[in-house]
Formats: sequence, structure tokens, C-alpha cells
Amino acid sequence: MNSRKNVVTTLGGLIAASVLSAAAPTQVGFVYVSPVGDAGWTFQHDIGRKEMEKAMGGQVTTKFVENVPEGADAERVIRGLVTGGSKIVFTTSFGYMNPTEKVARAFPDKFFFHSTGYKTGPNMGIYNARFYEGRYLCGVIAGKMTKSNIAGYVGAFPIPEVMQGINAFTQGMRSVNPKAEVRVIWVNSWFDPGKEREAALTLISQGADMVTHHTDSTAIVQAAEEKHKENKNLYAFSYHSDMSKYGPTAQLTGTTHHWGAFYTRTVKEVLAGTWKGTNVWGGFKEGMIKLAPLNKAIPANVKAMVEKEQKAIETGKHHPFAGPVVAQDGQVKVPKGRNMTDAELGAMDYYVQGVASTLPKK
Amino acid sequence: MWLKFEQRPEPSRLMRYLSPLLAVGLMVASGMLLFHLLGKSPAEGFKVFFLNPVQDKYGVAELFLKATPLILCAVGLAVGFRGNIWNIGAEGQLLIGALAGGGLALHFHDTNSMLLLPAMIVAGALGGMFWAAIPAWLRTRFNANEILTSLMLVYIAELIVSWLVHGPWMDPDGFNFPQTRLFQAKATMPILVQGTRVNAGLFIALGALIAGWIFMNRSFMGYQMKVAGQAENAGRYAGFSARRTVWIGMLVGGAMAGIAGVAEISGPVGQITEHISPGYGFAAMIVAFVGRLDPVGIFFSGLLMALLYLGGEQAQQYLALPYSISKVFQGLLLFFLLCSDVFITHRIRWKK
Repeated sequence: MNSRKNVVTTLGGLIAASVLSAAAPTQVGFVYVSPVGDAGWTFQHDIGRKEMEKAMGGQVTTKFVENVPEGADAERVIRGLVTGGSKIVFTTSFGYMNPTEKVARAFPDKFFFHSTGYKTGPNMGIYNARFYEGRYLCGVIAGKMTKSNIAGYVGAFPIPEVMQGINAFTQGMRSVNPKAEVRVIWVNSWFDPGKEREAALTLISQGADMVTHHTDSTAIVQAAEEKHKENKNLYAFSYHSDMSKYGPTAQLTGTTHHWGAFYTRTVKEVLAGTWKGTNVWGGFKEGMIKLAPLNKAIPANVKAMVEKEQKAIETGKHHPFAGPVVAQDGQVKVPKGRNMTDAELGAMDYYVQGVASTLPKK
Repeated sequence: MWLKFEQRPEPSRLMRYLSPLLAVGLMVASGMLLFHLLGKSPAEGFKVFFLNPVQDKYGVAELFLKATPLILCAVGLAVGFRGNIWNIGAEGQLLIGALAGGGLALHFHDTNSMLLLPAMIVAGALGGMFWAAIPAWLRTRFNANEILTSLMLVYIAELIVSWLVHGPWMDPDGFNFPQTRLFQAKATMPILVQGTRVNAGLFIALGALIAGWIFMNRSFMGYQMKVAGQAENAGRYAGFSARRTVWIGMLVGGAMAGIAGVAEISGPVGQITEHISPGYGFAAMIVAFVGRLDPVGIFFSGLLMALLYLGGEQAQQYLALPYSISKVFQGLLLFFLLCSDVFITHRIRWKK
């Protein structure tokens, strides 16, 4: 499915390139928070970069700097990309927000796009994806597949994006299985395979037979694959990337990120001079998230149900946080009859009912 | 006729100063070899790695900016290292210093007082000293090894930073993201050269180098530390207090690291986040040793270390090499330094 789309966009790019005059290619820079590796957040952005470069067919060249610390160094790297010839720069981690803004102000004729933040400017746009939509569907599958009625979730930090994922998964799971509960362990790190694995094993030993994660490594899927030999009903949902390579039997599906089309569209707009500010938060509809191929262990009726739900989310008929959304303490966060607004999603700092763990105290 | 490796009758003063230069030379040479093996032109690699970062005013300013925390931490550590006090926890002392100074900035975020920044620097020094006092106390009271205790306190400091920026100190208008509000103008270091980021923190670092030089070479206390480090028994016989050596070694290191933390948050970072330092406290140990535990040497080795960081970024952009390249260079530098240091006490001679 992916490859066909690639061919189409590539052809489109080639045609566009041949029509346009043979001007010098525009350089597009990318700043990554971790090494590209072979799965995870940065890996998906790098796939997007390559897809964009291919689709633009010679109109652009790209450059990336990986493992850039989120502190003071980021500003120099972003600036270095600009002075090194990049006209457009994508910065792909939250910690780059203030540095990106500073450099954007210093170079008003260049264009900057920051992922996962909230500050914009005349030449600075922001973009992110509605990962929670995919989480909800994973939750639905988990609710149908679980035998212990316990799911385990390994989280990095309790920021809104992660809370959205946990709560959407819980909402999805409970929509088909009201007895189900979700247990959460925080590892306080985006990437720490050792800790992630330990957290997953702890959750599994507590009875969780559906595990997933909002961290950057493949450790949880790998742990589930190992333990699947002992418990044939133990499954995992991957995040960021399709990790079926690491868990061919244990991975049921996963919420995967797809930035290529967005990068291509944005770069085209900037080059054509039609760009008028970006504040993109795209989901299934925009193709920015997808479900990884469904494991054949998922029964046909569940598959059909998931496909139907996905359609409903895409068309806006259903929202993963359609009211009533009730917090863990019984407080009604969204009343029946309306969906959660984007502002409410962006400020999410509570668990919904169905999450058995409690949040770390502030 | 063959080569013989033998001990020198006494350590060579010349080699003491040649050794770091030899190490730098060997590092550059093996770096060139590495570029060649990776299929890149060594000349191009050298240019991109060592010259590109400082080809304009902004680049030179960045070099000094990056060297500032390294020099500050290293000069403080050198005082202790000279007295055989092995403070491995400068990173943690830097963080606690940043919290102490940053806490003031957050508490007085609407003040207009010129005193805020100086107060932050003093608070930073006290914060770093407090964190260094714990291993010093454990060492003098229970004889606990300060290498272990100071290192372990780094992780505790990191978690305290994490707790504060995820909790009580989180920016109220920051959409729950883990960072404090941006500091106001009165809490940020004045910029020295407009259009760059190099700030008054550099003067603090240079002042620390001078103060460090005077302390180490001209003060009785500095002399006592040196004696205690080189000949413990002689020091004891002369009546120099071993306890005092521990306390001074740790506290000076902690104070300097704490100031480095404030210089970072009130300089290029401008707020407290979980990413104040990409390991300056650890890298500063290499800086201190390459600089021969001497303030003049530390000035140059701090700049060299900063250049390795900047060069690594350039190598990624222009040579498409992975980020690990700067770590490789750092490792090569330390490795060759330790190798070259053997020739301070040993020599190679032709034997007939």
C-alpha cells in the first residue's frame, strides 16, 4: 500500500520537476533528537525526509543532524543549517521550540517548522500528529483480545501527548470491554531500553497480557515476543514504527507515524510562495498516522470492527474522546453530547476512568 | 640493537608539557586516518572538523560560549585533583547550582533589580558547594570513597531537576511541558558581542582561571593541597590537615560547577529544562587533565574540547558522518594523553 503511494508521489514529483525550470535545488535541513537507528520517532522522521526528497525530484537536497541535545546546542545547529544554505528547517523535538523561535527571528527570510510545540511566527510553523486516534483503535483490539482484562502501558513522561495516548487507549479498550483496566509505569526517559524492558516485565508479571509503550525503543515489543512463549495470549502494540521485525508473533499492530506527505506538501508550498502559516495536527484522515499491519491472530470480526471505527474517526463521525469523558476521580471532563476540544486535549493532565494506576504527585 | 623502555631517573618537565601536544597531534593524525578509512578526504575532513567551526565571528563566539562551562568546571576540579580529591560529580553540582540560581530567577521573575543576576551566581556557587559538601562530609566522617558518592549524587541531582520541571516549577503557561518559564532580562547574562551568544559568563570563566592560578601557585593553602596530593605522608608530617584538603578540594569544585550551571541557564538556555548540560561536568575532567591541572593549560584544553563538539556537528552536516564522531575524537584525545604521559616518567633508549 505504501510503496504504491510512493511510486505515485515520486512520479508526480518527477513531472513537477521537469516542468519547473532547472533552478539550483533548495536545501532543506532536519534536526533530530536521537540517532536515526532502525525504529522509533527519529527513524520515522527520517523516512519522511527521504520520501520528501524523492517526491521533490531534484528540486531539493536535504541535510540532517542527528542526536542534537535539546539544550543550548540546538540553537547553534539550527543556525548552522541556515548559514550552511538551508532555506527550510524542520526541528523534530519539543526541546527545540525556543531555539527554533530564536533562529527564526534572526532569519526572517528562511522557514522553520517545529514538531510537537506550540510557538509559531511569521516564518515558523508547527506540526504534530493525532497519535491518540491510533491508540484508541489499539485499545479496541486490546479490549477484544485480552483474557486477563489488564493492559500494561510504559510511559516516558506525563506530558499531554503521552496522557492522550494512555487515555485514548483506555477509552478504546473500555468501549468494548468495560471490565478492562490499564496499568501504567513511568520510566522517566524517552529512550532507555533496559528500564523499558524491566517495566514491561513488571506489568506482565502483574497479569497484563496486552502491553504497549510511549517510549522510543523496541524493548517492549521484544519483551512481549520473549514472554509470548510462556503465555500464548500475551501481545504488544508498537509505537512510532512497525516493530513486527522485533515481535513477529507478539505485535498485534501499532500506531505508526508518517511525515513524508506533510514534508512534501509543506516544502512545495514554501517553494511556490503559497505558504501561509502551518499549524498542522493531522490524524488518520491526513495519513499522518496509520495502523501497522494487523497480526493474523486478530479475529476477522475484530478486524472489521477496527476498520469501521477507523473510518468513523477519519470522517469525524466518532472522536476517541467523545463525551462523556470521566476522569479517574469521577470528575466529568467532557459532558455527553460533545467531543473534547483541541485545547482540552492539549492540557490533558489526568487519567480517565479505567486507568488503575495513579499519577505521580507533583 | 633494540629499543629499551626504561624509567627516567626523574620525571621529565619537558614531557609534562609536550605530552598534551603529542596527544593532540596523535588525535588529529588518527582522525585523519579515520576519515580516510571512511572514504572521506583527510584534508577535507580536517578542514570541516577543525577549521569550519571557527571560520566566522559567530563561530568563534560559539567556541568561547561552549568552552565557558567546561573551563569553569575544569578549573574547580583541578584544585581537587591536585590534592588527590577525586570529585567525579561536577555534573550534579552544576545542576544543583543551576537550580539554586534558577530558583531565584523564578521567584523574582518580576523584579527590576540589577542585583538579581549577581545573586543568582552566588546562589549557584552555594548550591554547587552544598552538593559537593555531601561527599566531602561522607569522606571525612565515614571515609566513604568520594569517587562513588559524588558520581551517584549526579543521578539524584538529575532526578531533582526532572521533578521540579515536571512539577512545582513548570511554566504555568507552558501547556504542561516539562520546562520553567523563560527568564526575564534581569536574570540573563549580558551579551558581549551583538549577533552572537557569547556572554558575560566568559568573563567569569576567565576570572576563575586567574583566581585558580593564584590559589594554586601563590597561596599557602594551594601549596598544602599540592603537597598533600603528591606526598601524603610529607603533608601529614608538616601538619597539613587531610580533612581540610578534602573539604577545600570538593567545595571549590562544587562552587565552580554551580557557577557553570548558572552561566548556562542564564546564558544560552534562558530557562531550566531537563537538558541544561550535555555532560559538561564529565567532559571537564578530560579538560582538566589535558590542561595538566593548570589554569593556563585548562584555558586551551577547554577551547580544544569545545572545538571537538562543534567539529562533530560540522562533520555531520558536511561529511555525513554520524554524531559519534565527536565522542571518538574525545576518546582518542584522552587515550593518547594517558599513553603520552607514560613518557613523563619513562623513556625509550637504544640498547646495544
